[in-house]
Amino acid sequence: MSAVHELAPGAASRAGGLAHQRIATAVMIAFFALAPLVAYPVFLMKVMCFALFACAFNLLIGYGGLLSFGHAMFLGTAGYASAHAAKVWGFPPELAILFGTACSALLGLVTGLLAIRRQGIYFAMITLALAQMVYFFYLQAPFTGGEDGIQAVPRGKLFGALDLNNVWAMYSLVFAVFVGGFLLIHRAVHSPFGQVLKAIRENEPRALSLGYDVNRYKLLAYVLSATLAGLAGATKVLVFELASLTDVHWTMSGEVVLMVLLGGLGTVFGPVVGALIIISMENYLAQIGSWVTVVQGVIFVICVLTFRRGVIGELGRLIGKPL
Amino acid sequence: MFSKRSLFAAVSLAFAASAAHAQISDGVVKIGVLSDMSSLYSDIGGGGSTVAARMAIADFPTKGLKVELLSADHLNKPDVGSSIARQWYDVDKVDAIVDVPTSSVALAINQITREKGKAFLVSGAASSDLTGKACSPNTIHWTYDTWMLANGTGNAIVKTGGDSWYFITADYAFGLALERDTEAVVLKNGGKVLGKVRHPLNAQDFSSFLLQAQASKAKIIGLANAGGDTTNAIKQAAEFGIVKGGQSLAGMLVFLSDVHGLGLDKAQGLIFTETFYWDLNDQTRAFAKRFAAANSGKYPTMVQAGVYSAITHYLKAVTALKGDDGTKVIAKMKELPTDDPLFGKGTVRIDGRALHPAYLVEVKKPSESKGPYDYYKIRATIPADQAFRPLNDGGCSLVK
Amino acid sequence: MTEIFGIPTQALFGQLLIGLINGSFYALLSLGLAVIFGLLNIINFTHGAQYMMGAFCAYFLMTKLGIGYWWALVITPLAVGIIGMVIERLMLARLYKLDHLYGLLLTFGLALIIQGLFRNEYGTSGIPYAMPQELSGGRNLGFMFLPNYRAWVILASIVMCLATWFVIERTQLGSYLRAATENPALVQAFGINVPRMITLTYGFGVALAAFAGVMAAPIYQVNPLMGADLIIVVFAVVVIGGMGSIMGSIVTGFALGMIEGLTKVFYPEASNTVIFIIMAIVLMIKPAGLFGTQR
Repeated sequence: MSAVHELAPGAASRAGGLAHQRIATAVMIAFFALAPLVAYPVFLMKVMCFALFACAFNLLIGYGGLLSFGHAMFLGTAGYASAHAAKVWGFPPELAILFGTACSALLGLVTGLLAIRRQGIYFAMITLALAQMVYFFYLQAPFTGGEDGIQAVPRGKLFGALDLNNVWAMYSLVFAVFVGGFLLIHRAVHSPFGQVLKAIRENEPRALSLGYDVNRYKLLAYVLSATLAGLAGATKVLVFELASLTDVHWTMSGEVVLMVLLGGLGTVFGPVVGALIIISMENYLAQIGSWVTVVQGVIFVICVLTFRRGVIGELGRLIGKPL
Repeated sequence: MFSKRSLFAAVSLAFAASAAHAQISDGVVKIGVLSDMSSLYSDIGGGGSTVAARMAIADFPTKGLKVELLSADHLNKPDVGSSIARQWYDVDKVDAIVDVPTSSVALAINQITREKGKAFLVSGAASSDLTGKACSPNTIHWTYDTWMLANGTGNAIVKTGGDSWYFITADYAFGLALERDTEAVVLKNGGKVLGKVRHPLNAQDFSSFLLQAQASKAKIIGLANAGGDTTNAIKQAAEFGIVKGGQSLAGMLVFLSDVHGLGLDKAQGLIFTETFYWDLNDQTRAFAKRFAAANSGKYPTMVQAGVYSAITHYLKAVTALKGDDGTKVIAKMKELPTDDPLFGKGTVRIDGRALHPAYLVEVKKPSESKGPYDYYKIRATIPADQAFRPLNDGGCSLVK
Repeated sequence: MTEIFGIPTQALFGQLLIGLINGSFYALLSLGLAVIFGLLNIINFTHGAQYMMGAFCAYFLMTKLGIGYWWALVITPLAVGIIGMVIERLMLARLYKLDHLYGLLLTFGLALIIQGLFRNEYGTSGIPYAMPQELSGGRNLGFMFLPNYRAWVILASIVMCLATWFVIERTQLGSYLRAATENPALVQAFGINVPRMITLTYGFGVALAAFAGVMAAPIYQVNPLMGADLIIVVFAVVVIGGMGSIMGSIVTGFALGMIEGLTKVFYPEASNTVIFIIMAIVLMIKPAGLFGTQR
């Protein structure tokens, strides 16, 4: 699996980088806390949801060394589940989000059990196949509304008290979810579990020979990644009050790969920066929507050919500390 | 955050005699044309809708009213459309959104517009739910809807002997609404529906659906879809010898641009219902010439004409109200009768349905066409009060 | 009307035939992909976009140069193939030393660029391409009416597939290609220009995609996104057939087309999913594919 080592060139490996990372985390939190005063809050909420999605994806590929080409299925599943719960069953928002996340976790477990035994390109292809099955299921299932999606999803009152129709209340929720998810990932990566994962990525036979149940660890990473992607999806649906097919389409899986690649595979902040750049670009180009795919493609090509470390990866290299 | 202009306007209005609480927000009336600019329905609405909007604003005697126009592409996706709408309403202070073909997007915009108290003038979307169970005090549905199409076309076809139907339906709000409304008409007139098949939006290959339709031996194959889906289905039906085999195709929603794309040799004999045709009278002809000059020679479809008409009436209501608060303007638009060179005189009902006559048209044979876009023969005119669903049948909560 | 499992035989045979026609496209497209992956270990995500370029090239030849369908069948694969070779030389060649997944990401990015550019220019409604006179019309087979063109598709596809298989597996050129990808250093030592072989192979795979595009133009509407959703299905076909096996892809392509057709009759809701279900099963049991060998 040495080839995968090249896929995550900027991975954090030295304890000395932690102080820098704490500063960077504080900067990131401050940015998202203050930005809504100047920028459109709904846009920022979208960025945060996608940043969480990208971080979850990065957990799998940057630290686990597994490229999943079907991560959209988790974003979308949680979205549909949470939308249905909120609209049809009348769940309050916190339960709807939890329900959506739980559904994604379950899907992650099932698909993970099926996919984890294969590696590299075969793993990517299995995840793609499974995601396509999920997509076509949602296309047909009546509860998703097909092309229409689930519309008019009520935001409700958080814990029965905080009316999420107020944009600041909603923003605080999304902010809390994002920071919570981010810190959870950070904790997982810097724990013994994270170390074993790193060992598996760098030299799987060695880890196996040392007695670690490699498949169990990979599955755990996969389910964790799926759960957090689901959390992002469930929250996003409440922000936009809409769950649609776009979230389960394979191009969404491609987008998250792009975000993480651009930001920096295997870096801590790369996915966040990648998500920020891509969403901003889409927003900026929205009036001329048809150019978005071209620009995305160009970024992909440039990143793969000459910019493999990504924005944060290069930044980390410049300052000599991993980010 | 008041600009000087609106402060001045407010002050001067306060000195005026009439109800002075209304005021133009930010001093500008901003209208956003949200349409499908690059995909399935781009020829039906798209850039042409923006052209029509511009013409409507230019033609309206503004008398000091400042009007700005924005436009964007919703890519036929509800999430893209609703994002743009939110941004337009929250950040760009857009007062009214116009057009929006694709019913799934329109339903999403309908919801957001209601939440934000703005105005939504639908010309492109078809679902009759917009004036039915999804009706809203902030939305007016112009041009056409699935009920009108089903009744106009469905009635006409069943009465001439097409009493067994098979549906090929686009699998989203519009297609399903169209299928439902047409099925109701067919059954009411004593016909039978032998089967239905759903296809995803923008399907390329209709061969297996057409084969099923052929196997059903239904006399009429109803195409409950629009745009590229309809034209593809018609082309491939010709390939499979459907019409030669004795079955007829009923395009439930066909536009001028579709006929243009198909060509008269493939489209001849198609019967359907529209509410606007450029060759109806001198006024429509004059409009069409000006429109074509600004739209690369393409003549206006009924959706684009609807955009013109809706904006004209909107501006009339804004001027009368001296304000652009969405809910109030829509209420005013329902009070005032409509009158424009394209649709003539009409009214807007309490459920948001704009009423104007509909025309049953038949596509000419190639030999009968004498000039560019000379495609239709008008078979019948359905008066405004019969063309659309009766007020009490829609299940709209605004109807008491 | 006789019935099998409650479905009239007429409908069954009709859908099977449609399935066979769709299978021909799957086989043709997966052939190019299998050649590229089998011999070069590159996952060519651009394949769908190159298929689309083939269709557009035929359209341009017709409208700008007045060159008809039959010539387009020859010129288009050459033209698009050359473009493919340029892509390979300039970009793909740099990635051979890295993980294969980078190749996938690069070709994915290229696909986005190509499709985006065409969509900017031409929208997505589809541009009509006239069916060649010689192939229009059809014959009534009793259980269905078969358009002549669709029969031609099956024929051309089978011929092309067998010809390709023959060249790769049974000729000297083919053996050079296979050797060059198994052990480039050794083959290079024999004096064979390996990089050029690789470029030519990629170009050939792309040319096959473009050929499929020309075949599709008269019936499937030429539009910029015609390859986008097809590419995923084609990947499934290649994976099921075995990522290195030419014959595997051909057989699987036709077989899957027919299975999809059958599903449309008995359980239409699953017709889109059945291919992926099979793919997932095959990947779990025999990841190398039905006809492939583990790499």
